[in-house]
Amino acid sequence: MITTISEIVRGDAAVFPPYLYEAYRSTIKRAPHHALVEVPLTLSEATGPGPALSAVTPEDADLTRNAGTGGEAIGQRIIVTGRVLDADGAPVPHTLVEVWQANAAGRYVHRRDQWPGPLDPNFLGIGRCITDATGAYRFLTIKPGAYPWKNHPNAWRPPHIHFSLFGNAWASRLVTQMYFAGDPLQSIDPIFNSAPEAGRASMIAEYAHDVTEPEWALGWRWDIVLDGPSATSFEDPREAGA
Amino acid sequence: MSRQPLTASQTVGPFFHDCLMRDDARCDVLCTPATDGTRIRVEGIVLDGDGQPVPDVVLEVWQADAHGRYTHPADPRGLPLDHGFTGYGRIATNADGRYAFTTVKPGTVPFDAERQQAPHISIAILGRGLLNHLYTRLYFDDEPANGKDPVLERVPAERRDTLVARCGGNATADVITYRFDVVLQGANETVFFDFATGNRS
Repeated sequence: MITTISEIVRGDAAVFPPYLYEAYRSTIKRAPHHALVEVPLTLSEATGPGPALSAVTPEDADLTRNAGTGGEAIGQRIIVTGRVLDADGAPVPHTLVEVWQANAAGRYVHRRDQWPGPLDPNFLGIGRCITDATGAYRFLTIKPGAYPWKNHPNAWRPPHIHFSLFGNAWASRLVTQMYFAGDPLQSIDPIFNSAPEAGRASMIAEYAHDVTEPEWALGWRWDIVLDGPSATSFEDPREAGA
Repeated sequence: MSRQPLTASQTVGPFFHDCLMRDDARCDVLCTPATDGTRIRVEGIVLDGDGQPVPDVVLEVWQADAHGRYTHPADPRGLPLDHGFTGYGRIATNADGRYAFTTVKPGTVPFDAERQQAPHISIAILGRGLLNHLYTRLYFDDEPANGKDPVLERVPAERRDTLVARCGGNATADVITYRFDVVLQGANETVFFDFATGNRS
């Protein structure tokens, strides 16, 4: 059955973007046209690789120094921290968080990013950590710059950090982007605007003075809430599991 | 209704490789020489709505071991756990839109107290232009159990073939090859799933 294409959303339609959002042109040939097939959660989706993925070092969470050059990245030093929660509000401890971002000038190390923003030899723009027992994650990095892209004339992505999370279940997998409160480019960014209002609000980190460290770094706080098995699902791993 | 509003998804964009595909994060060989089970190689191409190869997506895979057991605390069964096997892989398509991974064929896993699911590999597809990842499943064309699989039963009959990998014989003496193409959009579009997690506003 072919449905109205722009109505095809996976998960909570009040939060998640539809697959087709024409203002973000790359969706036009990649969004599915057929309605998703809704299926109950089975053991295959209530399990997942999250609990088994744990190989990180403490250095991985410091993007200002993890380039391996001995030097420090240039830019406004920031601490990005928050908690990873499940849909019932419970912390998700010991789960892998992977991040990637542009440097302070808005340039990625990636070979496909060729705009004339300067590269920083001391910044790779990649990091990862494992949440602690309270579900908290913490990165030290520099504030990313905005960068131009070719989606439409004079298109600029607002500063953002890409986040990848697994949670406990296959159904809790999330890849998203964290944005900084108060940035003027958000309201004209098609990727940010692809999410409905509640979804847009869910992706904005707030400045947090209690996280800011004197003579060192500015603090930003952002909590992340993952989908996945809940009290109303077929099965709750916290009840069924070890 | 979820008690906490979920965090929205966004595309991985074009610049994920340095992070998600770093040497110790990508994984296209899921098994070790000690892993139990039949070695298989899954290969295919990812195509967009114009039939063009998609060179910048990630396929993440999740599967049970050869005994049908997931490496996860929520798997409550007392089956033998294969300690050499996690069941997770992360593979990027190449410049031609092609991907491949090597693993063992998974066993059957329970659906509910009475029914079993046919052997299958769960796949998540993340990419530029995908504002939310796509979930699909790979089944095997040489499995009679497909006919009674409770998830396949929910798929319109004329579209079930998009979820079935074709056995292509032996890649080497010890490895059986299966072909599984993913069509993101159009006439032969792969079936994609939405899971009823209960977390809807």
